[in-house]
Amino acid sequence: MEASTVSLKEARREGMRRSWYRFSRSNVAIVGLVGVLLTIVLAIFAPLIAPYPQHASAFVDYENAMVPPSRAYLLGSDPSGRDILSRIIFATRGALKMGIGVLAAVVPLGVVVGLIAGYHSGSAIGVIIMRITDIFLAVPPLLLALAVSAVLKPNLFNAMMAVSISWWPWYTRLVYSMVCSIKNEFYTQAAELTGASKSHIMFREILPNCLPPILTKMTLDIGFVILLGASLSFVGLGEQPPTPALGTMVADGAKYMPQQWWVAVFPGLAIMFIVLCFNLLGDGVRDTLSTEEV
Amino acid sequence: MPENILLINKLKKYFPTTERDRYVKAVDNVDLALKRGEILGVVGESGSGKSTIAYTVMGMYSPTSGQILFEGQDISCETSRRPMPVKKDLQIVFQDPGTSLNPQRNILQILELPLKVHRLADPDNTIRKVIELLEMVELSEEYLYKYPRALGGGERQLVAIARAMATGPKLMILDEPTSALDVSVQAKIVNTLIRLQSELGMSCLFITHDLSLMRNLAHRVAIMYLGKIMEVAPTQDFFERPLHPYTQMLLSSIPVISKEEETLKPDRITAHGEIPSPVDIPPGCRFHTRCTLAKDICFTQEPDAIQIGPNHSVSCHLFSED
Repeated sequence: MEASTVSLKEARREGMRRSWYRFSRSNVAIVGLVGVLLTIVLAIFAPLIAPYPQHASAFVDYENAMVPPSRAYLLGSDPSGRDILSRIIFATRGALKMGIGVLAAVVPLGVVVGLIAGYHSGSAIGVIIMRITDIFLAVPPLLLALAVSAVLKPNLFNAMMAVSISWWPWYTRLVYSMVCSIKNEFYTQAAELTGASKSHIMFREILPNCLPPILTKMTLDIGFVILLGASLSFVGLGEQPPTPALGTMVADGAKYMPQQWWVAVFPGLAIMFIVLCFNLLGDGVRDTLSTEEV
Repeated sequence: MPENILLINKLKKYFPTTERDRYVKAVDNVDLALKRGEILGVVGESGSGKSTIAYTVMGMYSPTSGQILFEGQDISCETSRRPMPVKKDLQIVFQDPGTSLNPQRNILQILELPLKVHRLADPDNTIRKVIELLEMVELSEEYLYKYPRALGGGERQLVAIARAMATGPKLMILDEPTSALDVSVQAKIVNTLIRLQSELGMSCLFITHDLSLMRNLAHRVAIMYLGKIMEVAPTQDFFERPLHPYTQMLLSSIPVISKEEETLKPDRITAHGEIPSPVDIPPGCRFHTRCTLAKDICFTQEPDAIQIGPNHSVSCHLFSED
């Protein structure tokens, strides 16, 4: 009989420790986590890590143009004589800005709208919200981005906005379907019967039970958003030159395939690496959270 | 103050089916009165509409027709339309404590909600109040920061009872509070309920399918069949002098161990048949399809409740004057 005065902090710490244990049992998830952390470190400390930081902006050195991978230029140089490795390192900034920025805008909006719609499902408010959501879902993000940049000017922010507009409904749908079932659970009913406010029921009773799937979707989505961002910059709608963007680099390098393959292949591999790591991390998070429910 | 804390008048609750004009008649013309400080047991088979009565009284459904009076106040509407004092005075304990406690909230958060909603504690006083509630159901303060999943079924149900007690309700509805639990913890739950009821003097509507439980617990027992009350009697009368053939059938089917107990039971009437669908309720007396004593009139005419003794009434043609 030990005198156990379990405090809230200890209980939380214990929960964290368990989650980490479940997560760390999957090697693949650890690979994903390490890759993601590496990408973040590269993005933050790009000026310190990149061998030629000045190559990330408008810089021309025709004498060293199209140098194949060598000791001086590990991944070769591009038609303007810029180091591809340095440019890739700087381009991770745009990729992460895209992924994180879009989700930061999309998740709160989509979740709150989904909560409100789900809580009022069956009444007119719920139906109207979900039909509006369906309309937004029908907009293809690539076309919308084209339209937005035709009206405004093509840059990273506008690309993020275009992707966000077509991305939030997925969260609304996800949350909506969960709220519809959770609001009929007896614990929600109990709160309602005792007279708790709508906001308490939505944000304190229902929302915490929706979080695991939302979190899983978020980590899986970052990869897809980055991929979509790369496609946008491939067609010239993302970060504008001279700021390096992975999609733009692939597009520019495609002209020199297959002789000067390094110009297009290495940025392409970088996209693949980042997206893959986020997806592996997402799978790990999903497995951790889904076993926790049992 | 009216003598009855709860008065249910010709309550009907029909649920629509996929077919037009066909309804599940879960509760069909129920009259029931609950006196102040009384424990009234409502007993019936699965599908007889016991829980629907509980949920309708709580306001989870609005009645199809009929009236529910709580302390003389009409509450025949859904929760959202009821005044706060009614929500405070009317509490429920659900059947399965596994689903009635939010898995993402700890015990403190669960128990402080009713206190906060009804402003029953100062912010700096809340924890102490919650500990008092836990002590009331004989749980220690170690439980404060635990989550429901870390608790056993019996402990969870005690928390659910503490939550219902938090507002100091005048009427507590218990919807089969022991049927999802192990037999070993049932006794503890029941004893806690009896103790709290006698200490605090609240009224209870105790819904169950466990007849033997009622013997030790209820002041009066009502038997429900297919959405209707068949017999209401004081507990002793009910067990010693059951009148309705259905009641006799139920009582004779209680399993017993000793010969001695066997002699206490009414003559064995074998239960035959299943409870009919509440969509197609048989005409006449709804029990005639399973009744061994059915007369001609039972097939055509629905019996009214007949007063036999004080507090004892039965809906059966066998006891009508003519």
